[in-house]
Amino acid sequence: MSSPSASTVPSAEGPPTPALVSYLQGETSVRSWLLTSDHKRIALLYLGTITAFFAVGAVAAALMRCQLALPSSELVTADAYNRLFTLHGVVMVWFFLIPSIPAVLGNFIIPLAIGARDVAFPKLNLFSWYLFVAGGLLALYAILVGGVDTGWTFYTPYSSTYSNGHVMVMAAGIFVAGFSSIATGLNFIVTVHQLRAPGLTWFRLPLFVWAIYATSIIMVLATPVLAMTLLLMALERGLGVGIFDPKLGGDPLLFQHLFWFYSHPAVYIMILPGMGVISEVITCFARKRIFGYPVMAASILSIAGLGFLVWGHHMFVSSQSIYAGAVFSLLSFLVSVPSAIKVFNWIATLYRGSITFGTPLLYALGFLALFTIGGLTGIFLATLAVDVHLHDTYFVIAHFHYIMVGGGVMAYLAAIHYWWPKISGRMFPEGPAVFAAVTIFVGFNLTFFPQFLLGYLGMPRRYQIYPPEFHTLNVISTCGAGVLAVGYLLPLFYLTWSFFRGPPAGPNPWRATGLEWQTASPPPTGNFVATPVVTGPPYDYPPL
Amino acid sequence: MPSPAPALLRLLAVYGALMGLLMLTTAVALLPPGWWSTPVALGIAAAKAGLIFYFFMRLNAPEPLLRVFALAGFFMLAILMGLTATDYFTRAWPR
Amino acid sequence: MKAATAAPAAAPADTIGLPIAYADARQRGRANHLGMWTFIASEVLFFGGLFLAYFIYRHAYPAAFAAGSHRLNFWKGAVNTAVLLTSSLAMAWGDAFIKAGRRGALQACLAATVVIGVVFLALKGSEYREMYAQHLVPGLNFDARVGPQVELFIWMYFVMTGVHAVHMLVGLGLMGWLMVLNRRGRFNHARHAPIELFGLYWHFVDCIWVFLYPLLYLVGR
Repeated sequence: MSSPSASTVPSAEGPPTPALVSYLQGETSVRSWLLTSDHKRIALLYLGTITAFFAVGAVAAALMRCQLALPSSELVTADAYNRLFTLHGVVMVWFFLIPSIPAVLGNFIIPLAIGARDVAFPKLNLFSWYLFVAGGLLALYAILVGGVDTGWTFYTPYSSTYSNGHVMVMAAGIFVAGFSSIATGLNFIVTVHQLRAPGLTWFRLPLFVWAIYATSIIMVLATPVLAMTLLLMALERGLGVGIFDPKLGGDPLLFQHLFWFYSHPAVYIMILPGMGVISEVITCFARKRIFGYPVMAASILSIAGLGFLVWGHHMFVSSQSIYAGAVFSLLSFLVSVPSAIKVFNWIATLYRGSITFGTPLLYALGFLALFTIGGLTGIFLATLAVDVHLHDTYFVIAHFHYIMVGGGVMAYLAAIHYWWPKISGRMFPEGPAVFAAVTIFVGFNLTFFPQFLLGYLGMPRRYQIYPPEFHTLNVISTCGAGVLAVGYLLPLFYLTWSFFRGPPAGPNPWRATGLEWQTASPPPTGNFVATPVVTGPPYDYPPL
Repeated sequence: MPSPAPALLRLLAVYGALMGLLMLTTAVALLPPGWWSTPVALGIAAAKAGLIFYFFMRLNAPEPLLRVFALAGFFMLAILMGLTATDYFTRAWPR
Repeated sequence: MKAATAAPAAAPADTIGLPIAYADARQRGRANHLGMWTFIASEVLFFGGLFLAYFIYRHAYPAAFAAGSHRLNFWKGAVNTAVLLTSSLAMAWGDAFIKAGRRGALQACLAATVVIGVVFLALKGSEYREMYAQHLVPGLNFDARVGPQVELFIWMYFVMTGVHAVHMLVGLGLMGWLMVLNRRGRFNHARHAPIELFGLYWHFVDCIWVFLYPLLYLVGR
């Protein structure tokens, strides 16, 4: 892969010194890419891999929505449908969303944003990617040989005893990918602690760095519990006896406690980096400092911390004690507070800003609307009495898609577009980009808003058929999915095109603050010609 | 280069304490069991772990951040156990 | 944020061999320690799930857990604890020796740690064989008359000590590699980070056993 937009210093003495050659040039063999220790190349390796997985997960979703276009469609059998929604969940959660912003944008931007020349452990970084690929191949193998029908949540005793799917292989894939996550988190934590540029104190860090740091803490502390849980489930499946088996006096609910202890913080892994991105984009496109920087940083840490305390809200109707349910319900209300604070602060940042409606901002505005809806509906679900009716209905599906897709994926696309000039050295075409953003927003709402109504009206999730009275809303949802698919395909084309043919972007096309914009686009291998020294706060836009 | 002897002796002393605690916990286990058996056993184990963390793993070094990192895992473990306990201790399980 | 550019960074001699991001070896040393402790924190949570399950079930079935514990070999458990503590001492001594530049002594300590580690695993293996002979291996030949909750305890015993043993095996492998590096003269009084960092891992694995011992062998005694 070579890009003609080299960032070279004109020199009368001959060829540019190696430090000034863009990371895309220099060594261009496949081997140099597969054995790189440059965080920027590793970021692109991840970008390619997770895009491929997104496609796999999206195909499963498309098949599901086609099935659900008719109340009693026979497009897929019940068993095949179970395998499709399991595939969709596993791939989208572990092989797309969790690595999305941290492994791609975190890897690319964090060292640049803190004025470092790379992450703390570059070789571990590459190993993380290989672990991710290994886990992904195991998961793909499990899918190709028939898949798993337990749902992405692998509840026992179905997963450990009765399921006929390829549970162990799939669990192995997730287990391996989990260690990729832990290694990445470890790398970022040490990087942010140790490699900040002179003058870059903690309270001068951009919020994106805070967000990735908090996410990394979650990755390191929560993922190991998932690893152990999957191991215990696999052992029970393999040995025929285990600790989740009532035959031995075990409790299947213990699996759920252990599983959700990871999987709830996991959803914060999926949203916190997005929140960091939104802070970067809104400040840049409103040309204003973030409103309430210390509170924003504190909110990020609170969300990460409180997120560890609420996992029982996934188990309100699973025979968990009602007293524990009450505790988890209260804690779940609490965790919404810092998220809401962030939304208010973003709006306050926009207020009286000098706003440019660039593509990243369109995605950010979409995020604000959709994340708010998703977050508020989370409060409905956190209310014990309401959850009794809404649990395992499409309301839950709509809620988490509003947050993970309306929030997380929109933020991911905002990040990709915002930092695209830095990554590729080129600008993407604004017209198709705006069209795609609007299409995604419209398609998303058409797909998932009807699902709130369907859930409220009682349509259960994980069924391939439904009563005829839900037909119209399902048709709207399926049509919306078609629109959404178009929206997601467009960036694939125009971003790829712009990588090779787009106009050169220059170091700082958005005129943003942030150390990553103080170096060339694309950056040279060592990131900076000279180590930057930081002398002021972040988002230091001139007063309006 | 300084002689390693003082460090070796210090480590040997810690080892002595660890072995002493091991003999203590083994001896206590041979007594008739009571309500205090488990807390004492866990307390001795915690003391041993503390010695290992502090002396062998050198958390006595002048870097406070390392102690924070060391404790972080246990803190999260306490949350895992504590909140799960709110379920199991308030439910009639097993019947 | 405002950023002034400093003078172009020189490439001082002590950055040679360091990964690109580090200004000096001390910074890298601090980063290594921070990284290792982060890894240890993740391991605490990895074992933590097992300990949670253990505590839940022990609270539910105290008599069965005591009965199960009585079926374990009390003395092998105690001896193994002593064995592992000794291996930690050997590792700590090795670390002290290389800080004083004594490569030969380090090699001896590493070798001792390996041998002691193998002794531990051998004793553990003999325990497992004993349990097999007594028809106490869940999923393989567990005697149905013994009782389901006792089987639950024994299941936990095998998995907890098994996961611990896997960690020991990895440790033994790494130590073998460290011994090879030491023979090639890789370590001296100033450059010995891998020894220190591996020591942290080994001591931590010892700590896990320190908790496993009373919870598995000393229940209701």
